[in-house]
Amino acid sequence: MNTDTKSDDFPSRARGAVLAAVQGLTLAVAVLPCGVAFLVLTLVSVALIPVGVGLVTTPAILTGVRALADARRRLAAEWCGVRIPVVYRPLPSSANPWTRTFALLRDPQVRRDVLWLPVDMTAGFVTALLPALLLFYPFEGFAVAAGLWRVTDGPYWYLFVPVDGPLTALAAAVLAAGLLVLAFRHTPRLMRVHFRLTRAVLGGDAELAERVRVLTETRQDAVDTSAAELRRIERDLHDGAQARLVAMGMDLGTIEMLVEHDPAQAKRLLAQARRNSAEALEELRDLVRGIHPPVLAERGLGDAVRALALRLPLPTEVTVELPGRADAPVESAGYFAVSEVLTNAVKHSGADRVWADVHHTDGRLRITVTDNGRGGAVIGAGSGLAGIERRLATFDGVLAVSSPAGGPTLVTMEIPCALS
Amino acid sequence: MRVVLAEDLFLLRDGLVRMLEAFGFEIAAAVESGPELSRALAESEPDVAVVDVRLPPTHTDEGLQCALAARRVRPGLPVLVLSQHVEQLYARELLADGDGGIGYLLKDRVFDAEQFIDAVRRVAAGGTAMDPQVIQQLLSRRSGDDRPLAGLTPRELEVLELMAQGRSNAGIAAQLVVTERAIAKHTSNIFTKLGLEVSDDDNRRVLAVLAYLDRDR
Repeated sequence: MNTDTKSDDFPSRARGAVLAAVQGLTLAVAVLPCGVAFLVLTLVSVALIPVGVGLVTTPAILTGVRALADARRRLAAEWCGVRIPVVYRPLPSSANPWTRTFALLRDPQVRRDVLWLPVDMTAGFVTALLPALLLFYPFEGFAVAAGLWRVTDGPYWYLFVPVDGPLTALAAAVLAAGLLVLAFRHTPRLMRVHFRLTRAVLGGDAELAERVRVLTETRQDAVDTSAAELRRIERDLHDGAQARLVAMGMDLGTIEMLVEHDPAQAKRLLAQARRNSAEALEELRDLVRGIHPPVLAERGLGDAVRALALRLPLPTEVTVELPGRADAPVESAGYFAVSEVLTNAVKHSGADRVWADVHHTDGRLRITVTDNGRGGAVIGAGSGLAGIERRLATFDGVLAVSSPAGGPTLVTMEIPCALS
Repeated sequence: MRVVLAEDLFLLRDGLVRMLEAFGFEIAAAVESGPELSRALAESEPDVAVVDVRLPPTHTDEGLQCALAARRVRPGLPVLVLSQHVEQLYARELLADGDGGIGYLLKDRVFDAEQFIDAVRRVAAGGTAMDPQVIQQLLSRRSGDDRPLAGLTPRELEVLELMAQGRSNAGIAAQLVVTERAIAKHTSNIFTKLGLEVSDDDNRRVLAVLAYLDRDR
């Protein structure tokens, strides 16, 4: 961040001081009129909303304010390395002027932008001008000491020194020199003060807002996914095991009637009933595997992935380094993500070998799946990878895919979690 | 023949006890949790243990772990593991010591009393009883690349499947309703085609087949 003070030699320090002063002066001169203009326009426009005119003008003016604030954010980063976090709420795309205007006015970031205008044209103006003053004022001091005081009647006040003779002229020169040293040392820092002030007003709790936005989104996804999952389970039970048990009951009823006078037919139906019960069990087992795989419940993620690899038609090498077990929901998310990635690798990659690596470091569960296939996998609409990404996002997990055409494909998944 | 039985669901435990008694087994102990199973295995020296994978108190793979621990203390202790689902992973762990006397079956197999009792007897005698589902998983994975099993005729594949489950030639012959001599011919053909050593010992035969199907893992 602080590049100016790192190089301690005099020329670069002087260059830094002059640069800061010029930057400050530019800001102060350019900003004051813009700030005043936008503040007035905003106030007038908002005041005109009840009349209707404001509905049309406000969005445009607020966009201008935003551009101004954005410019300052950019300069803050470029000149002083001060990053100002920013989160504007997305605007409803096809909104009428009314909702548009009020959505804008409700956005805390827009409100902070507007609030920043008066702060910037007062405190911001002063802090921007200060470096320039500090740097250029000493030159007046030198000029005074050099004889400028003679042209005025009475004492020439240089700061608090009344210059009216050689002695006081010398004092003014000394003071000016002191100021100049100060300027050389501190002008870049003063510029940073200006941008910190900007950040204090503009930045707000943007990170928190962003976090809330992400959480809202992922929660929605989680709710949608689990609702879909419940529907699937209900349908599977209804069409599968439940139907088979009903058929079995009917067979048993028929058998009850047949058993006396047609034992052969009864026996045939008994066999069918037994088959139905076996198939119902089979379906329930598959269903359970789809909800929470038994090996996962019994052994945890490591062995569950090993067991998964054993079922793949491709030779799959699994390495696991897990000193404990993660929370059940995290394990489950990780498992189904790996399962999907491995299935993709088998189906689409054309690979003849797959490697899966599961380990836990620095509070993160990291799973990588590599294949030596043809590559070209992308996260996008319709690809299973987007689904995995959403699934992991619920746990603040991330998915990264490296899959150049020609291969190999490397899929990395990370979920922050603690092991027990 | 003395049996130690571990199953946490009362209905199933009760049913198994009655079934085993009906076929002439003596129930040395019927328990419902891991610690009880460990104690029963140590104290009553059974001829065979029938064990559910998932047992209290952990409801994870406590039964499997108890059985494996007991086999480490008493190598070759016949253990038949029952499970709601079958995993190659567990099958491999059970077979790892190569001692035989191991069975791993889906719980549903008890529906067919005769086959189930046959499996218990086979395991008690030091043989192997692998669930057809485990074997099918292995075979289907293998048939993906056509190299190793392509040379086998459909009949030979059937024989291989039953052999991998742990059946003797006589057992396979009975199942496929052919003579034992025909099976002997098939098995020697299979061994030749797969490059396995011929062996009379049923258990070694199974291990050889499984090792072959499972290799480059």
